[in-house]
Amino acid sequence: MSEIQIKGLNDFNKYKSLLSELVRKDIKIKYRNSVLGVLWSFLDPLFRMIVLTVVFSALFNRVENYPVYYLSGHMLYALFVGASTQAMVSLVNSAGIWKSIYVPKYLYALSAVLSNFVTYLLSLLVLFAIMLVTGVEFTVYIIFMSLPILITLVMAMGAGLILGTMNVFFRDVEHLYRVFTLMLMYALPLFYPAEIIPEQYKFIQVYNPMFYLVNCSRDCFLYGKLYGLHEVIIPAVAAIILLAIGIFLLRRYQDRFILYV
Amino acid sequence: MTKKTVIEVNNVGMEFNLNEERTDSLKEFIIKFIKREIRFQSFWALNNVSLKIYQGEKVGFVGLNGAGKSTLLKIISGVLRPTTGTVKVTGELAPLLALGAGFNQNYTGRENIYLNGATLGHSRAEMTKKFDEIVEFAELEEFIDVPVKNYSSGMKSRLAFSIATSINPDILILDEVLSVGDMAFQAKCRDRMHNMMADASMLFVSHSVGQVRKLCDKAIWLHKGSIIASGEVNEICDQYEAYVKNL
Repeated sequence: MSEIQIKGLNDFNKYKSLLSELVRKDIKIKYRNSVLGVLWSFLDPLFRMIVLTVVFSALFNRVENYPVYYLSGHMLYALFVGASTQAMVSLVNSAGIWKSIYVPKYLYALSAVLSNFVTYLLSLLVLFAIMLVTGVEFTVYIIFMSLPILITLVMAMGAGLILGTMNVFFRDVEHLYRVFTLMLMYALPLFYPAEIIPEQYKFIQVYNPMFYLVNCSRDCFLYGKLYGLHEVIIPAVAAIILLAIGIFLLRRYQDRFILYV
Repeated sequence: MTKKTVIEVNNVGMEFNLNEERTDSLKEFIIKFIKREIRFQSFWALNNVSLKIYQGEKVGFVGLNGAGKSTLLKIISGVLRPTTGTVKVTGELAPLLALGAGFNQNYTGRENIYLNGATLGHSRAEMTKKFDEIVEFAELEEFIDVPVKNYSSGMKSRLAFSIATSINPDILILDEVLSVGDMAFQAKCRDRMHNMMADASMLFVSHSVGQVRKLCDKAIWLHKGSIIASGEVNEICDQYEAYVKNL
């Protein structure tokens, strides 16, 4: 039995400023030493979209408005993968700090998720610009996209905590996850239409919470309609389960982190 | 003595599993698991350590390598959870355990002041108020917009010390950090400890017994995870030095 009592240790207020400093740092460091700086948040999705449109739009000519189809899906995938990957590595990378000063460790994962959210918001401007150029109608349903985005963030935080905890003990997790995210990219209908997946492989969509979120994104931005209820409930349940497991694992194992890093 | 207790350590023990720390890839773990090599190899870094530190006390820890000095400071600063026993800390802690550990190497000195301040629980507004004082004490006026990775070790420790003391912590924890500054800066630090930090408590670990004598008024001698003597600084340091000579 052991116990440490330090006044104000679990006080979230005390660490609010640290959270905002960390988010600021993540974004600043990402673009440090690049001439165009934060402009890359716009240029990166723009260039990807152009390349993929050139490569695939002829192949999948059934897809209407390929640029917006691709961007609306891929941006959400990039948000999930970026946020969960950074949250995962943040626990090990911040070791220098939490080995010498007590800081709640989830703070680093949370800041990774939030900074990816900020980059996502910036890349939305690119999406809006492309929608304008290609003549997509702006509907009220764009506002309804905030719920699927929130679910994506919760899911990324949950995945980040689970993977991050495992990664402290087995650094292999980082490499395995990179392979997984590649598989996820091809399993999701990001640059191909969802219908081309044959019936016997449909399970890669049915059991994939990100699949529903990508659909929500397209409904809100491209098709100007509201997503079906099940399309948010399924990923929301998955997100809450992941977050619960993540918090459980972190709380259970965080005291032993220091012995492994 | 009516001064209040700021740190209370009761029967703290810290057990490490020496075997556990050597497995850090999944492959290694599985191989060891299959070969049933995951055994428990116990090592107690601290045994039944109890101590009380009062407000304003400056306490030096002496002892050979591996005596458990740093482990004890890590437990007090909340970084390491003890296997047994309890620790109670009242007041704000500012640990300066490793040199510039709280710094981001790609950040400039200016940005690191805010980041480090936030890590210690202080907002941007508070740090802005103290900014000039921190820079002036660290003597880094010309270098404040240079990334910290280009700083010398002396510059890093000056900045870290300056930040940690300027936020007026109740307890300052110093682990081998002052030895890198030059003589003039060490004198300045001592001066600051005696004036500005007069009401604050300090825990100090150094292999230089001379520094412990200069900075502290009480000393604790740790040996193989247990406290073997504690009391007035010169008395304990004399005993310790006599012991080291006879090794």
